[in-house]
Amino acid sequence: MTESNESATDKPEQPAEQPGGGSIARWAPLGIFLVLVVFLGIGLTLDPREVPSPFIGKPAPEFLLPRLHDPDQTISAADMQGKVWLLNVWASWCVSCRAEHEVISKLGRMDLVDIVGLNYKDERADAVQWLRRFGDPYLTSATDLDGRVGIDWGVYGVPETFVIDKKGIVRHKHIGPVTDESLETTLIPLIRELKEES
Amino acid sequence: MKPMRLLVTLLLVLLAASALARVETYVFDTPEQEARYKSLIEELRCLVCQNQNIADSNAELALDLRQQTYEMIVAGDSDEQIYTYMVERYGDFVLYQPPVRGSTLLLWFGPFVILVIGIAILVMVIRQRNREAAKTMAETDHQRAAELLRQDDNQ
Repeated sequence: MTESNESATDKPEQPAEQPGGGSIARWAPLGIFLVLVVFLGIGLTLDPREVPSPFIGKPAPEFLLPRLHDPDQTISAADMQGKVWLLNVWASWCVSCRAEHEVISKLGRMDLVDIVGLNYKDERADAVQWLRRFGDPYLTSATDLDGRVGIDWGVYGVPETFVIDKKGIVRHKHIGPVTDESLETTLIPLIRELKEES
Repeated sequence: MKPMRLLVTLLLVLLAASALARVETYVFDTPEQEARYKSLIEELRCLVCQNQNIADSNAELALDLRQQTYEMIVAGDSDEQIYTYMVERYGDFVLYQPPVRGSTLLLWFGPFVILVIGIAILVMVIRQRNREAAKTMAETDHQRAAELLRQDDNQ
């Protein structure tokens, strides 16, 4: 008799305990799902093509290359010391460079900053022809025929644009074509700011 | 039989094409150098086709980086020097095994953290089940005992 009494008191306790203990197992999948959603959401806002450059905040790699229009003359990073300047990597075979060229030309016309071109793995004749056709916004273009200087600067796709300050430190790298938007919102304000620095 | 032969021919043609795609032949001074070259280009990641190493990629940049690796090996540079050269230019991204530092802690230990959480949840679920199982067992035991007792009484 006492035994049946015990089991009777046991019974109502059981269902009360079950939902309390089972809730962890029940809510865990939803929790994991939400965490995944957050991480995937963050992932969607990132561009995997944009590998951060290890040169930001470091001295610009030195180079000494013949100039495109005047191969007997050379151009080096040291030549640009004391000025804010841009290194724009381009090639006549690069399709998106053509789209970018209008924006770079616009910046060139502003007389705000010296732009040095790095003519990457190109044929001299093709490059000269290309500039004649689309205009030449560059102070000069360095010819990097075998792409060695490109490797030294960590170039992995054309076009790329580096902003170098008066002390010769790389301050910004733009990967891919510079758009009107990135010119207005990032590059021009940054160049103005760097020109203020002593 | 015929479609089989066609398939084999097609396979052979495809294999031959992939063999043609890799034409660079580098001459090394020693077999050790060649082995080092092969393991280095397996460990270096191509920045253009980001899911390939520079050994597998046919991108122009991968070709240049293989050339660079070759030249550095022949010039007597150590593996460490070659890795440093690449990381200085392309960042940790170029390594398939990035070094352990603050920014890569989650990458290295994240899977273990998730494993521990998983085990913890598993243990909790198993414990809970055991508790329930123990209870139901006890209950059936009670019933059986009661039944036996009743039988005893009847006899």
